[in-house]
Amino acid sequence: MKRVLVMAVLLALAIPLFVAGQTTLETVLARGELIVGVHGSLPGFGFLDATTGQFTGFDVDYGKAIAAALGVGVEFVPLTAGERFTALQTGQVDVLIRNTTWTLTRDSKDLGLDFCPTTFYDGQGFIVRKADNIKSIKDLDGATVCVTSGTTTEGNLADAFRLNGLTLNTQVFAETEAAFGAYDAGACDCYTSDKSQLASLRTTATVPGDHTILPDTISKEPLGPLVRHGDDEWFDIVKWVVFATFFAEEHGITQANVATFSSDNPEVRRFLGLEGGMGAKLGLSEYWAVQVIAAVGNYGEIYERHLGPDGLDIPRAGSLNDLYLQGGLIYCPAWR
Amino acid sequence: MMRSYEPASNAQLPPPTERIPVVRWLRQNLFSSWFNAILTLASAALIVTLVYGLGRWAIVEARWEVIPANLKLLVVGTYPIDQLWRVWATLYAIGLLSGFSGGLHGGLIRRIALVGAIAAIVLAILPFPLATRGWLLGAAASVGGGFGLGRLAQFATGGRSRRWIKRIEIAVWILSFPIGLVLLNGVGGPLPVIKARNQWGFLLNLLGAVVGIGLSLPLGVLLALGRRSKLPAIRLVCTAYIELIRGVPLISLLFMASIMLQLLLPDNIRPDLVIRAMITITIFSSAYMAENVRGGLQAIPKGQYEAAYAVGLNGALTTILIILPQALRAVIPAIVGQFIALFKDTTLFGFIAILELLNISRSVLSNLEWRGTIFELYVFIGVVFWILCYSMSAISRRIEKRLGVGER
Repeated sequence: MKRVLVMAVLLALAIPLFVAGQTTLETVLARGELIVGVHGSLPGFGFLDATTGQFTGFDVDYGKAIAAALGVGVEFVPLTAGERFTALQTGQVDVLIRNTTWTLTRDSKDLGLDFCPTTFYDGQGFIVRKADNIKSIKDLDGATVCVTSGTTTEGNLADAFRLNGLTLNTQVFAETEAAFGAYDAGACDCYTSDKSQLASLRTTATVPGDHTILPDTISKEPLGPLVRHGDDEWFDIVKWVVFATFFAEEHGITQANVATFSSDNPEVRRFLGLEGGMGAKLGLSEYWAVQVIAAVGNYGEIYERHLGPDGLDIPRAGSLNDLYLQGGLIYCPAWR
Repeated sequence: MMRSYEPASNAQLPPPTERIPVVRWLRQNLFSSWFNAILTLASAALIVTLVYGLGRWAIVEARWEVIPANLKLLVVGTYPIDQLWRVWATLYAIGLLSGFSGGLHGGLIRRIALVGAIAAIVLAILPFPLATRGWLLGAAASVGGGFGLGRLAQFATGGRSRRWIKRIEIAVWILSFPIGLVLLNGVGGPLPVIKARNQWGFLLNLLGAVVGIGLSLPLGVLLALGRRSKLPAIRLVCTAYIELIRGVPLISLLFMASIMLQLLLPDNIRPDLVIRAMITITIFSSAYMAENVRGGLQAIPKGQYEAAYAVGLNGALTTILIILPQALRAVIPAIVGQFIALFKDTTLFGFIAILELLNISRSVLSNLEWRGTIFELYVFIGVVFWILCYSMSAISRRIEKRLGVGER
């Protein structure tokens, strides 16, 4: 009995040795690899490219960007909507970049997560047939709407119709494919989802040109990377990697010219690691921002690669995702 | 009052033939009343519509090219192409071994090896990339080579003193299990460790099934014996384990392994997701296996134990030599049923962020080029699983026949 007690005490003493708090940065550097939670099957944002067998997309590029800043490898874990937050909370992934909307609840200490700057401003919209001559949400009174259940989409739809005093008929589907298929086959007058998704779905319609996306946006869906609450050092790194892609676009620094970019602008010189010691402040190498741009390019390049005309074809000019210089919301704080 | 019957005088007549003209058969069976006639016509219309619709879809509309175009992704996921030889090498080793066993013993194992080789040749005829077809033919050749070696070994020993060959054969079969896993996973050096083990597509279903089957049967036998043990402590532990695991759905065990375990463990210890999934499915399956085996153990009459003791066997030898062989033979159908269920259950890995066949097909679907090919992919997955599960069940039926299960 005595021996059992002694063993138990020894074990209890040993546990803190294992638990000894390691910050996320230390963990990642020790592992030599960043683990990123991504979508896995969302075109344009995170999916497995059938031709290369690699994960690719807008969100995936941000994962690569963070890894480049740290100078480590990167591994992607495809997560479902249900498991994504637990995966981050439990440390299964170091950062979650999975098309996740920034909401107060998710940001609060209830969920224990922190949102980094928004990389894509999405919003729920409607796709309709051009022939129906629907110009705005006001013309949708009494229309039948196809919608996917189980997301915020359904709630936003009901709110928007109530707000405008319109009658709503919905046809609810469990799968996106089925819901859009029903709309395409003529079972509904319109289909509603996030605009980025509408853009990708339109390409799969029988005749893509027959459909148009209404200008109305009925919800705010700011999407960006998430980290665990309470590891501020790590939070800062991810935040500034995102800002680095904004900064580079603001100053015309691209993947192609970053290696040879020269400037007398002190702010740009600090960005390039030539002065200021900005790397040390984040616990990174002085050239971390250069490594980021060399790996994935600036914000505009990332956008163009995945969401531009060759990708999902979501128009950027004049949208919230344009640079603040052009009236959008993409804005980098001071680099000093 | 007693009545007696004379044997009929025309006792030599053949039994009446039940040959009814088609029209009469139809009238009797399908159109015997107006209600039945309506039912017949309605069902016929339904069947024709369904078959026509399905056939039209399969031949005209379906975009089957999605399968060959993504075959690599579906079968081995993101396994690096320059390391694919390791998957083939594992397959060749299995082919060689089954060929050898087939040559040595003949019978069922020869049939299985033969069917495997034929399957490889048939697949090689299909329009896969040239390299794949070459590899497939090589797989068939490896079975042939193994078969030749097996025959040679049999002739060389002249059918006598084959015990040592059999021992080596069994040892190699058992060793092939860990060696195959190490080869696929890598150890560093010339065999680099393959990253992203959670993205290996169908390979993960196969590995999950092989590991699960290989470990859950012995574990299940031990648990079944433990549950019937005379020592209360062992009995209690085994019963509690079996009842606890059987009372919980597999998917919740998987979630526990993938999420809860991480909360309990320190931050810097992060067991591999795939290994956790394999352990979970083994734990789950062994509880069911234990109950199957216990069913067999209980079917053994007490006289068998008494006879074994009477000839001087001790408890362990009685169990190993007398009871278990009979008990396991009696429950082969149940055990194979559990194997099949386990194999299909590996698709649940997809729910814990593992890209097995079902989950990786969703990734294929998300490529703009392959949007809308969901039915083609699901049909393909269904066919693959059906072929393998049916093979297992066919093999089990042959074994049953051979051992005379249900006849004695």
